[in-house]
Amino acid sequence: MLTMIGKRLMFAIPSLIGVVIVTFLLTRALPGDPAAYFAGPAATKEAVEQIRKKLGLDKPLIEQFFRYTNDLAHGDFGNSLTTGQPVAAEIRNRLPASAELTLLGLIVSIAIAIPLGVLAATRPGSWIDHLCRITTTAGVSLPVFFTGLVLVYVFYFRLGWSPAPLGRLDVFYSAPPAVTGFFLIDTLIARDFEAFRSALSQLILPATTLAIFSLAPIARMTRASMLAVLGSEFVRTARASGLSPATVIVTYAFRNAMLPVITTLSMVFSFLLGANVLVEKVFAWPGIGSYAVEALISSDFAPVQGFVLTMAVMYVLLNLVIDILYGVIDPRVRLEG
Amino acid sequence: MKRRDFLRSVSGLAAGAALPAMPQVISSVHADARSETLLIVSEGGPNNLDIHGVGTNVPGYEVSWNCYDRLISHEMKTGPGGVPYYDRDKFKPELAEEFKIDDMSVTFKLRKNAKFHDGTPVTAKDVKWSLDRAVSVGGFPTFQMSAGSLTKPEQFVVIDDYTVRVDFLKKDRLTVPDLAVIVPCIVNSELVKKNANEKDPWGLEFTKQQTAGSGAYKVTKWTAGTEVIMERNEDWICGPLPKIKRVIWRMVPQAGNRRALLERGDADVSYELPNKDFQEMKANGKLNVVSLPFSNGIQYIGMNVTKPPFDNPRVRQAVAYALPYQKIMDAVMFGLANPMFGAPKDKPTEVAWPQPHKYNTDIEKAKALMAEAGLAGGFETTISFDLNFAGVNEPLCVLVQESLAQIGIKTTINKVPGANWRTELNKKEMPLFTNVFSGWLDYPEYFFYWCYHGNNSVFNTMSYKSAEMDKLIDGARTAAATGDMATYDADVKGFVDLAYTDIPRIPLYQPFVNVAMQKNISGYQYWFHRRLDYRAMAKG
Repeated sequence: MLTMIGKRLMFAIPSLIGVVIVTFLLTRALPGDPAAYFAGPAATKEAVEQIRKKLGLDKPLIEQFFRYTNDLAHGDFGNSLTTGQPVAAEIRNRLPASAELTLLGLIVSIAIAIPLGVLAATRPGSWIDHLCRITTTAGVSLPVFFTGLVLVYVFYFRLGWSPAPLGRLDVFYSAPPAVTGFFLIDTLIARDFEAFRSALSQLILPATTLAIFSLAPIARMTRASMLAVLGSEFVRTARASGLSPATVIVTYAFRNAMLPVITTLSMVFSFLLGANVLVEKVFAWPGIGSYAVEALISSDFAPVQGFVLTMAVMYVLLNLVIDILYGVIDPRVRLEG
Repeated sequence: MKRRDFLRSVSGLAAGAALPAMPQVISSVHADARSETLLIVSEGGPNNLDIHGVGTNVPGYEVSWNCYDRLISHEMKTGPGGVPYYDRDKFKPELAEEFKIDDMSVTFKLRKNAKFHDGTPVTAKDVKWSLDRAVSVGGFPTFQMSAGSLTKPEQFVVIDDYTVRVDFLKKDRLTVPDLAVIVPCIVNSELVKKNANEKDPWGLEFTKQQTAGSGAYKVTKWTAGTEVIMERNEDWICGPLPKIKRVIWRMVPQAGNRRALLERGDADVSYELPNKDFQEMKANGKLNVVSLPFSNGIQYIGMNVTKPPFDNPRVRQAVAYALPYQKIMDAVMFGLANPMFGAPKDKPTEVAWPQPHKYNTDIEKAKALMAEAGLAGGFETTISFDLNFAGVNEPLCVLVQESLAQIGIKTTINKVPGANWRTELNKKEMPLFTNVFSGWLDYPEYFFYWCYHGNNSVFNTMSYKSAEMDKLIDGARTAAATGDMATYDADVKGFVDLAYTDIPRIPLYQPFVNVAMQKNISGYQYWFHRRLDYRAMAKG
């Protein structure tokens, strides 16, 4: 197992180097002149030049690149110009917000999609199969920001059940001392149950939005994979041996159907991080998606580079975790690895 | 982990993930806090708490205005609709107790008991250091100071601990007003010097993150891009103690959500909403919506006069007769602007700015002018706009495109990303574009100096050059400084007339600054910087 992890990490190094170079070049190729942007509305040409010098943008590209990689090696991602903060600190503060939201959305989605997929597969053509088809199609065809806005409109504006879409906590609660950065966990550690309730109620709508969007691939993949497994010989054997249908489905069929589902999960997780950007905008969520978009709009290099790099590292780790999970679920994969 | 354990935990998770729906509970402590707290929601937040910093954005100005004091400020007068409006011509002492304007200098006596947030008294050396800083750091603050002929540290002289004199470089009517804008704020020099270093002698890194002033509010928490929390400074003596104890300013990117927050009563104040929302909120009357014209501000259509076909005044006049002014007012602005067109033919030019021009939508006349210019067949060009303000600019450009097509001018719309807009303006290559300019200092010659003078500043987006225009603008500036009002009036009328005959830029309207508030919020004041002054506001 350890050799496998080591090997996988080795493979990741060249891709990370590639990401560093590409993001550096791409951000430089963006249209727009950060110096002119940050010199303000009333700047003269000299003022723009002064700012350019201050930002180090007057140096040759290659020198800028070496300075950047050198800073990276020291864990310094540079400073964001729009928010004025060090990028590393911002990402550290914002990543848990995005991760908490994405994970919760994914858990809600799994909780609905997997049972739905399994039921649809065991009774193909029945009403539950149709229900599965309709929900997933509807979920995937609605853009996330639209679902988000509709949910806000109905549950906040019309019914008033949900709290104001103002980020992670109600305005009048203070954030719990950061341990994990996940408010649901940190508030429990701090034994602040009122804040926990506030954090949870703030999470429900955005997490539901993400869940609705990601139901389709998980449910469809579960259904397809279960159908294939249920038709295979070992399931027939198990049934013939008189095992109860529950044992056959859960212990034999489901376990074998899980591999493709896990792969789909990793894909869903990565595109949920992307879909997050819009959900974060709608719910004023202080996550990294909205941070990166704002930086992009104002030609702010450092956060964009930091964001892409963080995402690349996360993808590498995610793939690693998935590979390890394969090994846990299916011994054959472990042997080959 | 064993396979079986893993599977068990996964199914366990799935079963346990059914979430209870919980209603929001606000305890009584929080309800009390609400009544003394002002909750503001807006699209963007500050990127720097110090206006002297590199690239501080407009929301940052609001923090500076409320957390720092200046030597002097403006009195209030009653503006349009009875809303308090800053009085351009009347100054009141702020950190200064009194001030005396002489022929070539102004002397300020400081309040003896004013203190910075950390308790150190405000003295003359802080004032000198702060003004030195403003004229030395470069970028926007230095530029703004120079607009009032404040450029050299030697101009700021310490007389004794509580007396400071500002010497004039030359006679300039804008010097004293320029000391009342946001930039010349007084900074705690000892505190900042302690946190400065060789690379950063003015301590900009320090003041970027925290406020080091003597103002009525101080920032207690700032999470960039998310929220700013400001608490009242209980020891503030430069005016009556503000009624609002705490200001929470949250960034809510979605305009629809900001409106929902206001209408549900969760947020107290918001601006930066689409005009349509403001107009609807005004109509349904649940909220208090204040709309006031930008002082010294105009949205216009500009034409690059250095290149054909817009180098021909007839073509420019043709465009001025072809623009769909009223449609823009109705369909883009929803009436929330002052028209700057269609003045009666016989109306005399006033000594004022902005004032409407006499062009009106008259397609026949426009066609005739095009024919006179030898361009009856029309031509093709592009019209550019800044995507940051797409809500207004995009429909506006579409209407202009439609209208120009009627006189044979085929336009393609060029959408310029916000980050790129300033670069494009600086290049001065766009043939046709729309833009807004508004000056903090509300004087016609100030506007014309930046927008029409032949020294070709960034805002002379048309690259307009005319010896006659320069003479009139310079004449008005000198006349204003020396108090020769007869010449001044003649010159102002002269340059307005010339700008409208030559018409390198066509004013469309004077935009409004719109602020929506709950009914129980009072004390909104209009300032030249168009941001909120919390000091005068009250809740309940």
